[in-house]
Amino acid sequence: MEGCHAAGDSTPQAASLFYSHRCQNGQTSLRQPDRLASSPPTLENVGMKLLRRVIPLLLVVVGLLALVQAIAGRPTGDISTPRRLADRFEAKQTAERLDAWFQDRWTREQITPAAPAHEATVLRRLSLALHGTVPSLEELRQFEADAKKRRLERWTQRLLDDSRFATYFSERLGRALVGAEEGPFLAFRRDRFHAWLSEQLAANRPWDRIVTRLVTAQGLPTGEPATNFITIAQVDEEIDEQVLAGRTIRAFLGQRIDCAQCHDHFFDPRWKQAHFEGLAAFYAPVRFSPLGVDDNLAVQFEVTDHESGTSRVVEPRVPFGSEWLPSEGTPRRRLAQWLTDRRNLRFDRAIVNRVWGQMFGRPFSSPVNDLPDPGDPATAALDLLSEDFRSHNRELKWLIHAIAASRPFRLDSRPHVPHDSQTLELPLEELRRHEEAWAVFPVLRLRPEQVIGAMLQTASIKTIDRHSHLFTRARRFFSEQSFVQDYGDLGDEELSEQTGTIPQALLRMNGQLARELIKPGAFGATTAIARATQGNDRLCLGTCFEVCLGRQPSDDEQEVMGQWLADTRGRRRELAVEDIFWTLFNSPEFSWNH
Amino acid sequence: MFTGPPIERRRWLQQSLAGLGLGFTLPALDARSADRRGPTRPTSLITLFLAGGPSQLETWDPHPGHRIGGETTAIETRLKGLKIASDYPQTAEIINELSVIRSLVSREGDHQRGVYLVKTGYRPDRTLTHPSLGAILAKERWDKTIEIPQHVSLGGGPRPARGGFLGAQYDAYKIYNPGQELRNITARIKDARQDRRLEGLRVVSQTFSRGRLAATRGTQHQLMVDRALAMMNSDQLKAFQIDDESRSTIDLYGDSRFGRGCLVARKLVEAGVRAIEVTLPGWDTHTNNFEGHREQAATLDPALFALITDLKQYDLLDSTIVLVLGEFGRTPTVNPLDGRDHWPQGFSCLVGGGGLAAGRLLGATDPTGKRRKPDQPVEIADLFATVISRMGVEFGKEVITPIGRPMAYCEGTPIPGLL
Repeated sequence: MEGCHAAGDSTPQAASLFYSHRCQNGQTSLRQPDRLASSPPTLENVGMKLLRRVIPLLLVVVGLLALVQAIAGRPTGDISTPRRLADRFEAKQTAERLDAWFQDRWTREQITPAAPAHEATVLRRLSLALHGTVPSLEELRQFEADAKKRRLERWTQRLLDDSRFATYFSERLGRALVGAEEGPFLAFRRDRFHAWLSEQLAANRPWDRIVTRLVTAQGLPTGEPATNFITIAQVDEEIDEQVLAGRTIRAFLGQRIDCAQCHDHFFDPRWKQAHFEGLAAFYAPVRFSPLGVDDNLAVQFEVTDHESGTSRVVEPRVPFGSEWLPSEGTPRRRLAQWLTDRRNLRFDRAIVNRVWGQMFGRPFSSPVNDLPDPGDPATAALDLLSEDFRSHNRELKWLIHAIAASRPFRLDSRPHVPHDSQTLELPLEELRRHEEAWAVFPVLRLRPEQVIGAMLQTASIKTIDRHSHLFTRARRFFSEQSFVQDYGDLGDEELSEQTGTIPQALLRMNGQLARELIKPGAFGATTAIARATQGNDRLCLGTCFEVCLGRQPSDDEQEVMGQWLADTRGRRRELAVEDIFWTLFNSPEFSWNH
Repeated sequence: MFTGPPIERRRWLQQSLAGLGLGFTLPALDARSADRRGPTRPTSLITLFLAGGPSQLETWDPHPGHRIGGETTAIETRLKGLKIASDYPQTAEIINELSVIRSLVSREGDHQRGVYLVKTGYRPDRTLTHPSLGAILAKERWDKTIEIPQHVSLGGGPRPARGGFLGAQYDAYKIYNPGQELRNITARIKDARQDRRLEGLRVVSQTFSRGRLAATRGTQHQLMVDRALAMMNSDQLKAFQIDDESRSTIDLYGDSRFGRGCLVARKLVEAGVRAIEVTLPGWDTHTNNFEGHREQAATLDPALFALITDLKQYDLLDSTIVLVLGEFGRTPTVNPLDGRDHWPQGFSCLVGGGGLAAGRLLGATDPTGKRRKPDQPVEIADLFATVISRMGVEFGKEVITPIGRPMAYCEGTPIPGLL
């Protein structure tokens, strides 16, 4: 048996121990630069020699503090969103429509769906999908204590209101919009871009408005970060309209027509070379100069034929739905209007499929940028969600609510096994059938940033969010960067499914960061738990399990790991807790979504 | 709760048992295939991957004196009648050990798609990811005595070889800085604690797999933990180190990331690793093609020479296929920025060793550049079929992908001239 989830009564002492005051320590550090800045008058009394030594040092300190603040503080604006209760219940209606569709499919395919998952497990999924980390013990306790109805709906809203949602989700969506290529200059611009996107998400800006701004943005990449959707396509000093055309169609319409760049698509008769060229022509006037991104409307898209060497001018043209293309306006504005037109069903299907992928770890239709046509029976659920998404102002938070409230999202990751079955396990082929019909929550490898996010969170007990100390947030930022690289960053392919690898196992077992996080020390969770539960081994082990896996240990686990704690005190006990944490960090349950 | 001897002691125990004549579960050391030499040794593959698309005209297929030849000159080689670009004087000395194909054709002129084709033998397919050549060989010619990864990618570079539908466990093990300290390989705690941690892990994993057995097996989480543990305790890790190599050997290869990568590749082959790729990026010369290629040659030439010479000296060349190629070639015409652009028609590669024919020259391109199609065109899939079958694997073998689609390892046919 998997350990029970609630177990609220077994750990109240621990709860009170680990509840923390949200201190605003960050501000103390932040004030430092001001103090330093106000010191010059007193400097007159100091010798010039000392001054020369001190000033560069101060500049470095101030610079570093500013940097840490810039990194840890993203997004800069603290945008509070009005809670929209009405929307939530409308999302519930959509979820019910969706559930009916799934129920129908399951009946047709003679599949019994899995049982509902524990609510704490659903909270873990939500937290991983929306914040890239597991819930802290602090949050788990609050969730357990919440006895009011529809707590998952309310907690979904709470997670969406938290600034960690906007920051994390903008990184995920950003992968599709500006890629994940390296390079210091690009990295800086990408950061500005993510900060901008996260502000849009926090404010729940409609998706069509976000996309319009991306496609049509003008100005300096620093002042108008949306222009980085354009500048990222810079190749050898020029903006490459073909890169932009390919990305536009992949990211916003969920179609891959890049092959048609050089020839008619071999496998997919829907896409012709003329389609690709026509789309690229919308971006031909774009230029990127020291004055920023703007359009030189005199420029036309010229294509040179490889065979004959002759050139021809290509007019902006769309591959379908030309009746939605306005005749007036700049080429980019016309393209944006065509993309976001309410009749362009692919536009909504693409984002719905992508957000579904972020929530489950697997898009509804794979690969995420090669969707079948609207109306295809296999993706009818996407059409259904898209329709309601359109009528709800294309707000991403609403969409997340709808998916989170749907039955597939709340099913257990253990499939239903028929009663007459010989074993309690479903054979692989059957499991695949259930997974394909979304009749069981898929067990999928967490993405690297989720694994590291979960490790950092569990090692701290308190929630790491914008109230955390600057140092904690900065550590999270830098640790995440290097860990993600070592774990294997899939870049914009991150929604494809993968098994585990040896390098990942090595990184979790022996990696420096994992070691440091669980090492006994004044601020770590291991020491805090070891000390606070002195004399109560069961409570100690239970707390470790809750922090890492969100559940209580099973009897087997209690028997084996409970022994490690028996008769331990001080340092020995801390090391035993360290070993428990190591074990749980390395378990499949920790690094797989379920 | 210790169920077995501590990991550190395992090797000692195995060796003592072997000493007592009880080591029947383990191959005796001298019978290990890694220690065999000559043609009977199981074959390995080293791919020197030239990322970015090397120009055939500035490497193995120069056309000096023709309009398309640019400023590149050619030199004689150990193969009578074969001339290569004069930036490769050392390669010219060993090229008789390899064969030259001058008529490779691909239909992918984009880096991402081109790399996919020359690493997997297939064009990108939107419904599945094909395994790379190295992954196929690692899977089919798996050697149980090898405790380190059997598919290794050295030197970084874009898109390292992947296991594709065979699974991420066949992904190449990536080492960005070959010859330097291996990361995350030491547990740094005492054996007794490591043992109890692993015992705990077994129990926690069991709890999770209950009711999710098929899904948990699919994750291969435990398999990877076990392999990682075996690797952490293996003597074979020494193959990744070069500190026991003399300065002169290191200098022979060239003290660059790529040079060290080639040296480590030789050592990995010696240890019995099945497939190794060493990447040399930087060939995408849309501007200053000639200068760019000269710089690249300064790295490639000594490393390739040293690798072939070394493999021969260690009597490993007969059991090691060496393949030198990039994702495509470069255009015969020189663009206004003195660069050459992507050219997937009629580009070159070197291939040899491992019992393949040596000293052959296949195909030719038109020196005037007017005819796009080379003589005797060779598809990447044909090259793959040659390598796969030479390594004792049925190249057309059909495997079932995870979504139940039958798929042949390779759709080409072996090149008769090379077998």
